[in-house]
Amino acid sequence: MITDKTTLWIVIILLGLGTYLIRFSFLGLIGGREMPEWVLRHLRYVAVGVMPGLVAPLVVWPAANQGNTDPARLLAAIAAFAIGIWLKSVVGAVLGGMIALYSFQYLLG
Amino acid sequence: MIITNPKSAYLTGFRDGSPFILVVVPFALLFGVIATEAGLNLIETMAMTIMVIAGAAQFTAVSLMLDQAPTFIVLLTALAVNLRMAMYSAALVPHVGKAPLGIRMLMAYFMVDQAFAVAVKKYNEEPQMTLPQKTAYYFGCLSPIVPLWYLFSYIGAVVGTAIPPEYSLDFAIPICFISLTAPMMRSAPHFLAALVSVAATLALIWVPYNLGLIAAAMLAMMTGAQVELILKRRARTPTEGQAA
Repeated sequence: MITDKTTLWIVIILLGLGTYLIRFSFLGLIGGREMPEWVLRHLRYVAVGVMPGLVAPLVVWPAANQGNTDPARLLAAIAAFAIGIWLKSVVGAVLGGMIALYSFQYLLG
Repeated sequence: MIITNPKSAYLTGFRDGSPFILVVVPFALLFGVIATEAGLNLIETMAMTIMVIAGAAQFTAVSLMLDQAPTFIVLLTALAVNLRMAMYSAALVPHVGKAPLGIRMLMAYFMVDQAFAVAVKKYNEEPQMTLPQKTAYYFGCLSPIVPLWYLFSYIGAVVGTAIPPEYSLDFAIPICFISLTAPMMRSAPHFLAALVSVAATLALIWVPYNLGLIAAAMLAMMTGAQVELILKRRARTPTEGQAA
């Protein structure tokens, strides 16, 4: 149990403030100023640079399976990715991925 | 829907953000439950949810406090989990950097992964969007997500039951990010950047404070930018050759 309420509130406030400053950082300070082409070129790859890395460990070592690779989850992730590329639809990929997960869990016992 | 004015941009954003309700609801419920079990009362749980609105960092902070970690370590670790958002912040600058300061301050507060990814995908697909359309679209994306994040954290804290693990909704989170990313694989640089991101994060999993992800993302961005340059040069060379 977390009993030290002073520490808790310090964490809540500083984490909230710090997270806000991280989010505000570039958007706030650079604002409307022009950035050099080489910076823009790198920024075009932020989403595809962060998101896949964010999920990779969750897919390969899922906590729900005590950190062991789960074939059903791995196959479902591949299915979602394939559907997303093929249909170019985010909704299709989410639904397809979850259906694939339940199907593989059922089939693989 | 065709975007013609800020109102239709907002509604299109709302529609494009709504699939992620599936992810936000179970995740928020779980946070409410875990936080309450950890000893946070309703006000403390909601204060954290509203001030931080970043699920992964909130779970990290609560679990480290349960382990009696020093406050400095709790803050450092949880903030490192959120460091990726500095990259989101930078990536939004070319699109909405010219928006008024007040709007940008609000956009920063609501900068959640899903809204960022959905919005940037749209900005790249439809570069002719005007600034008011872009900001309206962004607020549209987060409108179905953030209020439900608050509401279901509250319900989780009050009711105390999360969705049973048998439904495997834990996996809705990776599925959601994969689904957001897959349609972005529209060119070789994007695909190679994603590949580097996955490989480098897995290889750098031992790096403390989640900084492996940040390093992997930077490597991925460098890969994407370099491959883009090489492809552009290659496409240009034959015509220049003819001219000479």
